[in-house]
Amino acid sequence: MAEVKSGDPGVEAEATTQQRAVAAPKTGLQRLVAQYGVSYAFLLPYMIFFFAFLIIPVGVAIWLSFTYFNMLEPPRVIGWSNYRLLFLEDDIFVLSIRNTLFFAFITGPVSLTASFLLAWFINQIRVRTIYALAFYAPSLTSAIAMAVVWRIVFSGDRYGYMNYFLMRMGFIQEPFLWLIDQRTMLPVIMFVMLWMSMGNNFLVFLAGLQTVNTELYEAGKVDGIAHPLQEMWYITLPSMKPQVLFGVINAVVLMFSAGFEISLSLAGLPSPLYAAHMILSHLYDYAFIRFEMGYAAAIAVILFIITFGVGQGALRLLSTKDE
Amino acid sequence: MIIRVGRFKMTSGEFTTIAALTILAAFMSLPLIFVVSHALKPIDELFLFPPRFIVRNPTLRNFQDLLIATYSLNVPFIRYIFNSVFVAFCTVVGGVLLASLAAYPLAKHNFPGRNTMFIVVIAALMFTPQVTAIPRYLVVYQLGIIDTYFALVLPNLAIPYALFLMKQFMEQIPAALIESAKIDGATEWTVFWRVVMPLVTPAWATLVIIIFVGTWNDIWAPLVFTRTESMRTLPIALQTLISQGSVARQGAYAAATFIMITPPVVLFTLVQRRVIATMAHSGIKA
Repeated sequence: MAEVKSGDPGVEAEATTQQRAVAAPKTGLQRLVAQYGVSYAFLLPYMIFFFAFLIIPVGVAIWLSFTYFNMLEPPRVIGWSNYRLLFLEDDIFVLSIRNTLFFAFITGPVSLTASFLLAWFINQIRVRTIYALAFYAPSLTSAIAMAVVWRIVFSGDRYGYMNYFLMRMGFIQEPFLWLIDQRTMLPVIMFVMLWMSMGNNFLVFLAGLQTVNTELYEAGKVDGIAHPLQEMWYITLPSMKPQVLFGVINAVVLMFSAGFEISLSLAGLPSPLYAAHMILSHLYDYAFIRFEMGYAAAIAVILFIITFGVGQGALRLLSTKDE
Repeated sequence: MIIRVGRFKMTSGEFTTIAALTILAAFMSLPLIFVVSHALKPIDELFLFPPRFIVRNPTLRNFQDLLIATYSLNVPFIRYIFNSVFVAFCTVVGGVLLASLAAYPLAKHNFPGRNTMFIVVIAALMFTPQVTAIPRYLVVYQLGIIDTYFALVLPNLAIPYALFLMKQFMEQIPAALIESAKIDGATEWTVFWRVVMPLVTPAWATLVIIIFVGTWNDIWAPLVFTRTESMRTLPIALQTLISQGSVARQGAYAAATFIMITPPVVLFTLVQRRVIATMAHSGIKA
């Protein structure tokens, strides 16, 4: 019981007194107080790290974005000027937003749909484990490590697998510089992203499919649902809404952050003509190469707003859709 | 229509599905098979044009080169492996512990502020960790732990994704079970370790794999929080090998890639069932 008593700060005690004073007899009060203390004590370690390295940094980033800060002198408040510079003067930043949005808005939905469909198909058959492993394993790999393969596949000479294949099939006559040409750099990165994106979402869907109440399918058959695809659309998807919502949040976060690593490992930093420049590439460049922390913080805040906004927007869209 | 394959019977629909999935699965596995085969290639096969997909004379020479003859890297390669393993281990232990501790009251206690806290955690699922990179860097800098193992572990211990999964899973535990343990005189601490934690093994197996993979592959933390070569982890070492792009290193590079990719895949294979059992409870009710 020593454990219990050590963790009851006065603040919680007050809150408890107000809430429970009527319901609980005075003798039980102390025990209840102690119980709440325990709850907070369990939460405390996580919350310390959560606030120190996540919540407070978000606040600090917002403040820094209004300053000039180079790590040598103390930050100097300069108002909106970082943001003005970003949008009005910094063409490369605008380009990086365009690249990131293009990347995210295509790979995000495609990856979500593919994850769901693959999980759905796998759920139709009896031998699941080996297929689940084959689709999930790519998401376990490091983008940096896999560059060894992609550099050979998309190599610019005639022996790169892609060029070799396309030339054999007669689609192209000359070897194509996949990782240098500005038209193909981003699509190649998106292709690699899709390959490694059947990750946790795919597992979430696979697991979710196994929890759908089978009586619903029986009922559906009675109501005239004949085709498996109809079944998927009218029964499976609505029953799996919680998993889908979770999947959407994961996909948004992944798509706005993962492109940077692939871009770094395949196209370099900076990429030729900035054709694969992501918001995060720009952030990394200004924060940790040029040490212009204020400017970089403004980039971070904009990325934060975009990610959070798209995430919330997608959640709202999906949670009102079928009501 | 029923198709027989050996002693298995299946419908034609199932047969088509299996055929299609097999082709796709094989196609998606090609890059991984290539990595394994590439790492075993002797030097003449590494430079063969056109590159041969499957190794003809497999050898472990590349691994030997990587581990022993790291003449021109400043630090022996084994140091990067040690750093990666050590950092991943500490982050996994700390991360699972913090998430489990915090998930227990969120799932099973009723206390003022519970809902608010959970809403904050859900919102934090949408934070890209890189957004907080600069202030995190300042915090780490102020703590004076730049370029130490602390800098690679401490900032990554509070993982909203882990807390969320754990909390959802713990909610499945019947309240009666916890109550009866308390009636028998168990403290909350004992209940947590003796009753709750044994029941959520699938969840913590899942967190182990997710946190391990995240840390093992993370390039951002070592890039930002370390300065000296001896504190860097495997992904950075690989990135260095890539950017040097020297001919002599191709073998070592192929072997390093193999070492980088294998542990997560092996670990996942071991706990796959538990991961899927955990994910079943992962939905967000909105």
